[in-house]
Order: sequence, then structure tokens, then C-alpha cells
Amino acid sequence: MSDSIQKQKESLAALNEDYESKYGFSDPVDYFHKGAKGINHEVVEMITKMKKEPRWMADIRHEALDIFLSKPMPAWGDIKLINEIDFDNIYYFMKPIENQQNSWDDVPDYIKKTFDRLGIPEAEKNFLGGVSAQYESEVVYHSMKEELKEQGVLFLDMDSALREHPDIVKKYFGTIIPMTDNKFAALNTAVWSGGSFIYVPPGVQVTVPLQAYFRINAENMGQFERTLIIADKGARIHYIEGCTAPTYSTDSLHSAVVEVLALEDSNIRYTTIQNWSRNIFNLVTKRANAHARSTVEWVDGNLGSRLTMKYPCIQLLGEGARGEILSVALAGTDQHLDAGAKVIHVAPNTSSRITSKSISKGNGRASYRGLAKVHKNATGAKLAVECDALLIGEEARSDTYPTIEVDAKNVAVEHEARVSKVAEEQLFYLTSRGLTEDDARLLIVNGFMEPFTKELPLEYAVELNRLIELEMEGSIG
Amino acid sequence: MSDKSTLFKFDNISVTVEGKQVVNSVSLNIKRGEVHAIMGPNGSGKSSLSNALMGHPAYNITNGQAALDGVDILGMAADERSRAGLFLAFQYPLAIPGVTVANFMRTALQAHRGKDADMADFRKLFKKKMADLSIDPTFATRYLNDGFSGGEKKRIEILQLSVLDPKMAILDETDSGLDIDALKEVSKGINEYRNNNNAVLMVTHYQRLLNYVKPDFVHVMMDGRLVTSGGPELALKLEDQGYEWVEKEFGQKAEA
Ligand SMILES: Nc1ncnc2c1ncn2[C@@H]1O[C@H](COP(=O)(O)OP(=O)(O)O)[C@@H](O)[C@H]1O
Ligand SMILES: [Mg+2]
Repeated sequence: MSDSIQKQKESLAALNEDYESKYGFSDPVDYFHKGAKGINHEVVEMITKMKKEPRWMADIRHEALDIFLSKPMPAWGDIKLINEIDFDNIYYFMKPIENQQNSWDDVPDYIKKTFDRLGIPEAEKNFLGGVSAQYESEVVYHSMKEELKEQGVLFLDMDSALREHPDIVKKYFGTIIPMTDNKFAALNTAVWSGGSFIYVPPGVQVTVPLQAYFRINAENMGQFERTLIIADKGARIHYIEGCTAPTYSTDSLHSAVVEVLALEDSNIRYTTIQNWSRNIFNLVTKRANAHARSTVEWVDGNLGSRLTMKYPCIQLLGEGARGEILSVALAGTDQHLDAGAKVIHVAPNTSSRITSKSISKGNGRASYRGLAKVHKNATGAKLAVECDALLIGEEARSDTYPTIEVDAKNVAVEHEARVSKVAEEQLFYLTSRGLTEDDARLLIVNGFMEPFTKELPLEYAVELNRLIELEMEGSIG
Repeated sequence: MSDKSTLFKFDNISVTVEGKQVVNSVSLNIKRGEVHAIMGPNGSGKSSLSNALMGHPAYNITNGQAALDGVDILGMAADERSRAGLFLAFQYPLAIPGVTVANFMRTALQAHRGKDADMADFRKLFKKKMADLSIDPTFATRYLNDGFSGGEKKRIEILQLSVLDPKMAILDETDSGLDIDALKEVSKGINEYRNNNNAVLMVTHYQRLLNYVKPDFVHVMMDGRLVTSGGPELALKLEDQGYEWVEKEFGQKAEA
């Protein structure tokens, strides 16, 4: 992307709006179903009944709710901020329309307009293998290319998957992230709705990305999508998700659970571009199990939100498995992005790389929280952890909490952490070549993000650069 | 034509950095087509003067005037001075990780030409300038000065000079860190840039660059002042005898 700035300028010419006008709008909606606020066993029973789920799933939900209610709030991270979540003031289930659609024409106009404005149908036409669009609690639109269906690829929303492929769902649901894992995983398990289900049969190489888009529209909404991705032996898949929400004065909660399973010799890349409005609490649990010789990559871009706590995890369970986590976080004013990564080496000769990049500006705060653990059987493991923080302005803050535990022999560990400021000297160098100070700062930030941006499909790279430019506007001082 | 008219003129420039005066009432009148050299021992204020003229915010010009092509530049920010035609090749060019040389050059040239200007010729121009300076084409996609050797950085500075083609070029220690082959390449680049309408101010500790880029005037800087001026022979004398005689002759005055 040598001309990224240029491209981004061009795409910007027509579109120089802020989040408020591009993503911050909301639709007045007559919901098909909008329950009451608050969470209890009745709400859970209502959800499972409305979805006509099998009893075993209802039982899982109720059990998970008890765990959620009994677990204390996390006693680490941004304790003050996280305790501002008012669980009684959240809608746990909102169903915008009665049935999911497979054609844009059948999607209600107000929702279609939303996704049109977000560019979803365009992207589908141009470079995606399949699309899923979730609005509040449920997927309202879904499609996949015919040739993928013929190859036996399954790409559905989770609710449909539970109806149409109950055996696979039952076999894997909650096996990678058990409901007891943490309070928010328990909550998700109790009230989950929507999310993506993907199964790629042995040896099938899906070369075009599949994408899901998650949109929160209502105020005080809780979105709890549940995603399960399985690549069978030797299969390959790239899944992309994007998230936005309108700007409200009171908070909404996004708490997803994502389980990823890479069987022998398979290859899974999971890309996220989250661009939440500033009233979203984003508390997500993502974990992958990587079997022998498989590769799992989390590419995780975090913009926006009030508080994000997200630590994508890879458990390297089979010999020769490889894991890579590349994450960026941009924390603007009044935001705290507490993001990081976990890799657990269980089998011999496994390798992993964590690259975390964060930018803090204004009084924003970006934290890296990471765990790299090598169990005693994982001899010959290789791991590299690199954290890079860029501070813009005097009040910006960054912290790193890296933990590396090695219990095996013959392990190679690399660890690097850097904090830098956009230096006056760098700005002078660029401005002395004719760039305005804003353009110079943006070029430095884009350069800082380049190792991440270059991993994205071009369309997303352009979009991300554009979002960064919007975030950076008027960031001086 | 406009031959021999004044291009860059500054008068009584004084500079402070971190509250300390480092340049004291320096004046120079540079005409089109001329090459000037400022020589002086380390710490005499050469880079401070260069940075201040380019508009570095840490270097305050407390007194004096400076005009490029008749236009006052002291009220301008660095980017405006650049777009007005002033250029500074840095003594210590900084790395900008993640930004390729090509992307950077394109962005800079676009800034000079204007946001909506056509850039269709960029690739060709850039390739040619790289070839002229014998810079390996792979440098186009490397990150600007990131992991470059001292000599590579200086070549990239001259590449920027030749792509942006400014009216007035200040070259701060462009010869330092170069081996003899690199020195010849870089000098060739400077000589190719020169014409009757632009001018060069070379700032250097040693005179060896001056063997390849012949100056019309040599000025000697001591303790923040220009203490004496002459032709190319002055540079040779400095090379021969060092700076001690300057110190003896002018050191007193400089302190006064
Ligand atoms: N950024 C700065 N901060 C503090 N002092 C500086 C700075 N830049 C230059 N100086 C001081 O100004 C004086 C002149 O330095 P400089 O202009 O770099 O000289 P030269 O380029 O001739 O070697 C020195 O005493 C140097 O320490
Ligand atoms: Mg110097």
C-alpha cells in the first residue's frame, strides 16, 4: 500500500464526515419483539422459547445465567469503568423482524438503508464470498456464493445453525470457551443470539473472505452474538467482522463469544474491524484451538467504544501449530482500550507471534495485557511478543502488562516493548518537505499502523485509514 | 533574465534554542546560480542557523529578516517555507517507520503541487531520479530512513532535493558519513540540481565536498557569528591549517 495516503485522500474527498453522520445515525424501529430491560430466568426462557430451541440449549442457558449471577465482576483492568455497567438497564433481546432474509429486496427499507450507508451490499458484490448482517439480536440478512455451498461450506447465523445442524453445534458449543470461563462468557451463554457459524469441510480452500457485520441500533441494547468457526483438516478460511453503533448518551453493551477450531493442517484467519461509538462497553471473549500443523491468525482492529476488554487467545494444542495475533487499538479522548493477546503453547514445536500496536490521544488510554504461556510438554516452542505504543499529546496514556511463563526446555522467547511519542523532530522533518502538520502527523500514524493495515484486504485498509484520519482530525494539543 | 538577482537574503538573524543564544546576527545575500558554503567547527551554530531558517519550532529567531525571492518567510511555518521553495537536507535525517520512500515522496510532491494536481508523471519521474542517483530501486518500497546507513540517508536527502526541485537548497553536512564513491554520487546529484535560477548553501565542517561542488563564496562561522568570508581558497586554507587561526584572529571578536 505505497499510495495509501493518496488513496485514502481520494476516498475521503466525497466523505469528509465524522462518526456521528457516518455511523452515528439511528433508525426509529417498530421492533417485532422488544422485551423488558433486565436479566433473569424469565428473560432467558423467553429467548429460548421465541427461538424454539431444543431443551438442551435452554438448560445450558439457565445454567449459564446462574453462573453469571454468582460470579463477581472482574477485579482487574479498569475496575471503575467496568462497574458503571448497569445490567438492569439493558435490553437483552430485541428482534427487529420476524424472519431472516436472503435477498436485500426483502429486508425492510430502514434496515437496508442502514447497511447501504455502511457499504455492505457493495462489498458483497465486489469481493466477498458471503455476507451476514446482524441488527440488534438477530441476523436480518444472509447470503453465500453458490460455489461455496456446492463445496459443502456452511455459513449461517448461529440460530439457524442450531436448527439445521444441531449435532455439530451440540458437539462444539462451549467446548473452547466454557460458560464458567468468565462472567461475560457466562452472560453471553445465557442470552446469546445471532453470530456466525462456519464449517469448512476437509481440504476445502475458501479464498474469498466471508463477512459478518454487527450493528447495534437501539439505546441500552445488549448485543450477545455467538460465533463458532470450524476448519476441518486441511481447510482454509478467512472471516471478517465489522461493528458499529449509533451514538447515544447512555451505554450499550456488546459481549460476544467467539470459538474457533482449527483442525490438523487447516488455516484460519479472523479479522475484526470494530469501530464502536463512544457509549459502547465492548467485552468480548475470543479463543481458538489450533491442532497439529494448523495456523490461526487473529487480526484485530479496535477503534472506539467507552471501554474495550478483549484478549484474543490461541491454544496451540497440536505439534507444529502456529498462532499469530496482530492487534491495534486507537484510544481517543475518554476511551479506555484494554486489549491484548494470549497464547498457550501446549504441544511441542509450536510457534506464536503477538504484535500489539496502540495509539493513545487526548486523554485516551490504551493498555496491552498479554499472556504467553509455555507448558512443560511444549519443548522447542518459539514465541515472540512485540508491543508498540504511540502517544499523541501530553495527556495520552499507555500501559503494558505482559506476562510470559515458560515451563518447558529449549524454548525461544523474544520480547520487545516500545513507547514513542510523535516527536517534534519527526513532524519538522515532514513539514520541511511541504506537508501540513496535520498531514505529517497522519502520515506518521499511518506508518505506525502499516504492519497491521497491510494485512487487511485493500478495501478494509482504505476504510481503516479513513477512520484513523477522522479520529486524528483536530487531535493537536 | 533574472540572472544574478538576489534569491535568498537574510539579515542580522539571531537564534535561541532552549533559552540559549546560538546564532548571533548573521547575514547573507545569495544570488541565483550561486553556491555558498558556511564552514565552521562543531558547535559553532551551523545547524541551528539552518534549522531556524527552515522553520524548526524549537529554534527561535529572535531578531532579523529573511526573504526568499523577495517574500518574507519568517512568518511562515516550515511547510509553507517548503512550498515557497526552501529546502533543507538534514544532518541527521529521521526514520519514519511504515512510510515508504515512494509514498513519502509522492505525498511531499503532491503537497507542493497542490491537493488536486495531476500526479500521473510521478512514477516515471521518481524512477528516473532514483536511477540518476544510482539508488537501488528496492529503496522505493523501504520505510523512510528506517535502518538506512548514514550514507544511504544522505542519498535519500539528495533524492528529495532532486524530486522537489526547490529554489533554494540548504545542505547541512551532506558529506558527513559518506565514503568516497558515495560522496561522488551525492555531489553529482547536487551538481545536476544546480542551474542559473536556483542556489545552494552548503553547511560543512570539512572542505572535501567542496572539491566536487565548487563554491563561489565561503563563509566561516564561529560561536554563532559569521566572522569572515572569501572565495574557494578560504576553504583550502581551513583544510590546511584547521580552525585555530580563525579562532586566534576572530575568536576575540566573537566573544565581544
Ligand atoms: N535542540 C537543541 N537544544 C539545545 N541546544 C542545542 C540544540 N541544538 C543546538 N544546540 C546547541 O547550539 C550550539 C550550536 O550547535 P549546532 O547548531 O548544532 O552547531 P554545528 O551545526 O555548527 O555543529 C551547540 O552548543 C549546541 O549544543
Ligand atoms: Mg551541525
